[in-house]
Amino acid sequence: MKRRVFLQGSLAAGTLGVAALTGLLTPISALAAWPKEAFQAKELSEAMKKLLGTDATEENKKIRIDAPDVAEDGSLVRVKVYADLPNVDSITLFSPKNPIPLIASFRLTPGVKGFISTKIKMADTGDVVAVVKAGDKLYSARRQVKVTVGGCK
Amino acid sequence: MASKPKLRAKFKDGETSVKAVLIHPMESGRRKDKATGQLIPAEFIQEINCMHQGKTVLSVTAGSGLSADPYLHFIFAGGAKGDTIKLHWVDNQGKSGSIEAPIK
Repeated sequence: MKRRVFLQGSLAAGTLGVAALTGLLTPISALAAWPKEAFQAKELSEAMKKLLGTDATEENKKIRIDAPDVAEDGSLVRVKVYADLPNVDSITLFSPKNPIPLIASFRLTPGVKGFISTKIKMADTGDVVAVVKAGDKLYSARRQVKVTVGGCK
Repeated sequence: MASKPKLRAKFKDGETSVKAVLIHPMESGRRKDKATGQLIPAEFIQEINCMHQGKTVLSVTAGSGLSADPYLHFIFAGGAKGDTIKLHWVDNQGKSGSIEAPIK
């Protein structure tokens, strides 16, 4: 496997580091420090609290998760999230059965559609949870995926 | 597994659709090397900054839960054919990379 093909841009990385140091401590501020504690949390509610400040989310039918009913390979589960809500600030994906439930958080600037498609690892059969921050409120949706071979090594 | 990063940006009906595959092992740090029995050190992308004409449109904060060779698709309003889309990533070891392509 070819890694590190692109090693340019380390200058930009340095700038990012400075941005991180001066960044605010508010959860998910753009390019603020990487939220280490949220990515160390072993449980969903803890991860949500560390990242979003609370684990209280309102289930919302306007969020749809598109994922396979059965994923044969848990290391490669395609997930799409559609958030049909105004002013979507961020979409965060969790897989509660994973050793580290927080997968990734996507911060959308105005003009970006409430949609994200990516591929994630899932350790076991369980839910994919999407938390959408829109207009300063947290909404969520979940969808079960049966995992044949776990992909969280 | 893909061997080269890919970035495709397409403008249609007033929107730009961006699809990208980055090349990265996304090692969690929990996996053992079968030959040596040693843990393979964590090596995963932590931040991805997606820019249109140099301005951030989407930023991603990630852990090792994204699959190896992370895939990303998003759509934003606007953009124009010929504009530049650039993705820049930084991993937990401080390495970084970028890929750019014009909107088609």
